[in-house]
Amino acid sequence: MTDSEDRADALFHALSDRTRRDILRRVLAGEHSVSTLAASYGMSFAAVQKHVAVLERAGLLTKRRVGREALATGDVTAVRSVASLLDELEAVWRGRIDRIDLLLAQDPDQPTPPTTGS
Amino acid sequence: MPVTDITKDLDARTLTITAHFAAPVERVWGLYADPRQLERVWGPPTYPATFVDHDLSVGSRCTYYMASPEGERYGGWWRITGVDEPHRLTFDDGFATGDLEDAPGMPVSHNVYAFEADGEGTRATYVSQFDSAEDLQKVLDMGVEEGSRSAIDQIDAALVA
Repeated sequence: MTDSEDRADALFHALSDRTRRDILRRVLAGEHSVSTLAASYGMSFAAVQKHVAVLERAGLLTKRRVGREALATGDVTAVRSVASLLDELEAVWRGRIDRIDLLLAQDPDQPTPPTTGS
Repeated sequence: MPVTDITKDLDARTLTITAHFAAPVERVWGLYADPRQLERVWGPPTYPATFVDHDLSVGSRCTYYMASPEGERYGGWWRITGVDEPHRLTFDDGFATGDLEDAPGMPVSHNVYAFEADGEGTRATYVSQFDSAEDLQKVLDMGVEEGSRSAIDQIDAALVA
């Protein structure tokens, strides 16, 4: 119990900062080097590095080293529950339903134009 | 918004989506029966789907892949377990390897799609069920971009509230 409380503290502390949430959003979309991230903010490289370290300690991102670069990738597994997983699935489904609706509205009686590729 | 209801059963890891479409049942069914139309709605625009094998009859194994923006391919399959055209389709959906064979040890979801006439249109009910939370997580981890974004947006919303 204490473990999970400590964990929750670390998570909420990590996410209580606007810059850290922004960094997390970027690294969830794809791997970023710490120096690329640093270029996006009006603060020193060291300050950005510190933010990345807080996120790493909370388990929200992982880092790997490639040559002289530290590459960071987001990992939200830590904060996911079944409830939030189902919310994510809902988002996928809302997208599908919207696309179905659009397709049906386009021209219901005509065959769809041929797709490209394959 | 064509989505009319969403029900989540956390214990059973089941999502039920109800939607209303302004088209007859046969037209909505036709969308699933035609792989070229189906692939336009199955994957998000950033992960377009291509169905390689497609046949909606009981016992059939359909295969597809989705292509990531970086050009990676994620394979999948449907195993059709029930067909009552144009009202009901049941199938299992799983991951496939690069050559579209079943990927061992990967999650499988169980799906029931039902379509019924509702005035001029169709009421569609989609039920997706996963065997475990880990399975659900793996599926969302497999390059479903919309998922990660909504996860972090929720965190943001929770902190602002």
